[in-house]
Amino acid sequence: MIKYITMLIVLSGILGLAHGASTVDVLTFDSEQQQRRYKALIDEFRCPKCLNTNLSGSDAPIALDLRRSVYRLVRNGESDQEIRDFLQQRYGDFVLYKPPFAGRTAFIWLIPIGLLLLGVAVLVALQGRGRRQQAAGLSAAEVQRLDEILANDD
Amino acid sequence: MNKVRLFVPLILFLSICGVGYVGFSLDDRHQLPSALLGKPFPEFHAVALLDTQRRISKDDLLGRPTLVNVWATWCPTCKSEHNELLRIAGGTDVRLVGVNYKDDSQQARNWLAQFGNPYELVIVDEDGALGVELGVYGAPETFLLDQSGRVVYKRVGDVNPRIWRDELQPRLAELGVQIDAGMMSSR
Repeated sequence: MIKYITMLIVLSGILGLAHGASTVDVLTFDSEQQQRRYKALIDEFRCPKCLNTNLSGSDAPIALDLRRSVYRLVRNGESDQEIRDFLQQRYGDFVLYKPPFAGRTAFIWLIPIGLLLLGVAVLVALQGRGRRQQAAGLSAAEVQRLDEILANDD
Repeated sequence: MNKVRLFVPLILFLSICGVGYVGFSLDDRHQLPSALLGKPFPEFHAVALLDTQRRISKDDLLGRPTLVNVWATWCPTCKSEHNELLRIAGGTDVRLVGVNYKDDSQQARNWLAQFGNPYELVIVDEDGALGVELGVYGAPETFLLDQSGRVVYKRVGDVNPRIWRDELQPRLAELGVQIDAGMMSSR
């Protein structure tokens, strides 16, 4: 019994390794820095075939092709921006997880700022209301005393 | 005033539902705008599938309106659009050029011999390098080029009678392609 369990564990380990290695291509680089750039770039781009996977995480043949293109460009000494432009010219904004700020994409960039402002507005409104309600039950002397206590607290 | 306020969460919820409904019903994979639209077809050098001695470059696509169809024998949708391509090849004088994308050349030749060859010329793209230049992310894809080699239209997915009628026929007519009377269909 124990033998079987051990075998199962070992087997699942091997299968797990095989799975983990499925998107690892055997590549050689001139320098460690080149390799780091390659890794960062394939993490940065989105696979055109899959709706939400980056190039490094996809088994799709097109992702393999694009990883190969990125590899070739990195080896050729192209800069990160040149490689971004290369992919964007061919596959459009879709491959960029961080699309450039432009007329068409302004909306998605501005939403977070809008939500932040909205949140601040709500917070300010709530606080203002809370203070007014609190103050309502106190006499003028009590309010003054309260402000003193709050001021001393710092 | 307070009663109106009670409905704020409901209104927010409904607007999120609305955005979701519209967003998720967009088939966004097929609506990816081609980055090549309006731009010249990229330069390339390759060999011809049916005459491996022959070198092909972008010059072979110039001078006449040209449909460039990216296909492969491993692609089932390519098989289903094949008859429509044969019909277009027979019924118009547009130049049809195939790009045999990441395929086995011998299998591709057999395929054309078996099902018929709609192409004037087939470009071998065994490693998918031309595919990357074209921004291909799944066969079949079809590009329409004008006389000067500019991409004026791109279709991702099969060319079928509806695409012919709604998308290709008007554009080919605009480019001055001769279309047989039998191929003309009204909307």
